[in-house]
Amino acid sequence: MSVNRRQFIRNAAIAGAGSTVGMVAVRAGEDAIQPSPDAMGVLTDLTQCIGCRKCEWACNQEPSNDFRENKPMSAFEDQSVFQTHRRHSSDSLTVVNRFEGSDGKPVYVKSQCMHCVDPACLSACLVTAFKKEANGAVSYDSWRCMGCRYCLVACPFQVPSYEYLDPLTPRVRKCTLCFRERTSRGSVPACVEICPVQCMTYGKRSDLIRMARARIANYPDRYISHIYGEHEMGGTSWMYLSGEPFENLGFQTLPDEAPPRLVEGIQHSIFRYFISPILLFGLLSATMWNFKDAGSGGTSHE
Amino acid sequence: MSEHLKAAPVDRKIFTPGVIILLILMANGLFFGLKRFLFGLGAVTNLDNYYPWGIWITIDVASGVALAAGGFTTAALVEIFHREHYHALLRPALLTAMLGYTFVALGVLIDLGRFYNIWHPIVPSMWSGHSALFEVGMCVMAYVTVLYVEFIPVVTERFRNRVNWPGLLSRFNAFTEWVLKILDNTFVRVMFLFTITGVVLSCMHQSSLGTLMVLTPTKMNSLWWTPVLPLLFLLSAFSVGYPMVIVESMIASSSFKRKPEMELLSPLARIIPFLLGIYFAAKVIDWVDRSQLGRLFNGSTASNMCLVEFGLGVVLPLVMLLIPGIRRSPAGLFSAALLIVLGVVFNRINVFLTAFQPPYAEKVYFPSIGEISVTLGMVAALIFIYRLLVTLFPIIPTHVQKEKSHVPA
Repeated sequence: MSVNRRQFIRNAAIAGAGSTVGMVAVRAGEDAIQPSPDAMGVLTDLTQCIGCRKCEWACNQEPSNDFRENKPMSAFEDQSVFQTHRRHSSDSLTVVNRFEGSDGKPVYVKSQCMHCVDPACLSACLVTAFKKEANGAVSYDSWRCMGCRYCLVACPFQVPSYEYLDPLTPRVRKCTLCFRERTSRGSVPACVEICPVQCMTYGKRSDLIRMARARIANYPDRYISHIYGEHEMGGTSWMYLSGEPFENLGFQTLPDEAPPRLVEGIQHSIFRYFISPILLFGLLSATMWNFKDAGSGGTSHE
Repeated sequence: MSEHLKAAPVDRKIFTPGVIILLILMANGLFFGLKRFLFGLGAVTNLDNYYPWGIWITIDVASGVALAAGGFTTAALVEIFHREHYHALLRPALLTAMLGYTFVALGVLIDLGRFYNIWHPIVPSMWSGHSALFEVGMCVMAYVTVLYVEFIPVVTERFRNRVNWPGLLSRFNAFTEWVLKILDNTFVRVMFLFTITGVVLSCMHQSSLGTLMVLTPTKMNSLWWTPVLPLLFLLSAFSVGYPMVIVESMIASSSFKRKPEMELLSPLARIIPFLLGIYFAAKVIDWVDRSQLGRLFNGSTASNMCLVEFGLGVVLPLVMLLIPGIRRSPAGLFSAALLIVLGVVFNRINVFLTAFQPPYAEKVYFPSIGEISVTLGMVAALIFIYRLLVTLFPIIPTHVQKEKSHVPA
């Protein structure tokens, strides 16, 4: 009996160690998700933006974005907002910030949801409230949403915001790529359309990358050789060209790997076909059976 | 041999000065809770777009789940490894887990922006197998159910053959007896299935709680961010289970003016250094493997928090519990167990808040009065209901016959 039990414990220990090693071995994660050939995107050329904030106004007027309040154009003409660094909030899905370039001239940076190729918000969401549309837009369905805000925690670009002051129907707010009323019907996002200097181009992501590379090659003095968003966090639909190093313009330096691959690698290797839970259930059942005489042995009561 | 310890309802008054304080804390928490439902999360909490999770998630949910680990670890010890001399500790541990998880669910409910959608994860068209939070949510829902089923024998034992409804309800006496009999004859016979399921579900979601933050490598301090967070969460849940049982048993003994059950708790404490030792080793190996030891001693606030968490919550109690004299002394055992419990709570706070460094944030999150009030109110309510239930049901072990028990120490 005791020999058998010792044997059993040893086997159980080996099994336990094996699954632990298995868990550690998932570090490499899963293969990266590639953007679909039809994926669209936007290329923003920061060397052209004049900081007029028309895009902020157009975004606020756009029906796709379901703003609770549509503000007049005059609300977006105040240039003093550039004195502080602004971020997206529940009532502004895109903002323009001003930075000082190395030549002393201002550089304006529009920011909004990057519409990741492999979005962390979508991977985080437990009720599939986020969806990666065929054109690359990451859309959000408030009807499914529970309001757990794991998407806000997960987003590496710190984009989504929440309507904390709404007691009943708070929504996660982020740029929609004007999916519902515009890009799903083949037209361009409202901000891209209104831009007076056309610093943004909406098009196929693969074409945009080719275009960006050509601009960098043709004007090496004007651009730094980096397309922000081509690889960051697994790649994004929204990409940037700049004449200044991106880290001087409020952009984070981010790795190429998309975190969802690591997490989903862990989840899938543990839970694929429920292998680990079933193994554990079997192991515990065997233990329960194997030890069933132990309690009535000499060491305990009755 | 006669049975030396038997669970019985505790014969103590319910209302004591301590209970009055609990009721005040509950009323205060309820006030802020109502305010949150009437005016929104923003009216009560300091949460913002950078720090979307505060102490309701960190303490009420993440720490609550960890501290309820006494339930599955004790169930595994008694029912699966058949260490039946610890049977007297099982019911209090299961009750704590049942109440703990109930309050975890309440904590989630108050924190959810659209709380009325809390059932959405069970709808197949919304299933999201890639989300660690989905796995946590499903497991917690299933495990709460298992815990309530595991409580059924306590209810049937208390009322079977003595159902006595007052007044007009007395006509239901026979029916109630019949229901209790059915429960006894069905659930109680297949209880082993629920016990094993409970342990499996616990292992699954205790680890997946750690997976949650693996998704944010760029937003977390690398002292805590590691791809093996799920393993660390599981190992720390294993190692906090018995300390929690010990702390709770000793507080209950002192509160009900009894002697602590040292003849059970001291031998139980012998298991802890193994479990805590594995967690200790995993933490150190992870730091060495990711070359973080230098950062651990660089003097920053985060590294100091980490050292306190690890030094006082893991290393010190590990050393203490290796000393037989400390395991046998009530004060020593209680201190060591409490250090482990607080260490795990501190770890969860550190992982979800201290380590969380969202870009562009202008200020660091600190909980508001309202958040603290709700958390305190929930803890008070949990203790109050625990006290109520142990006076009504046979849960706490009582010395039926004064006799030295024969447990290997």
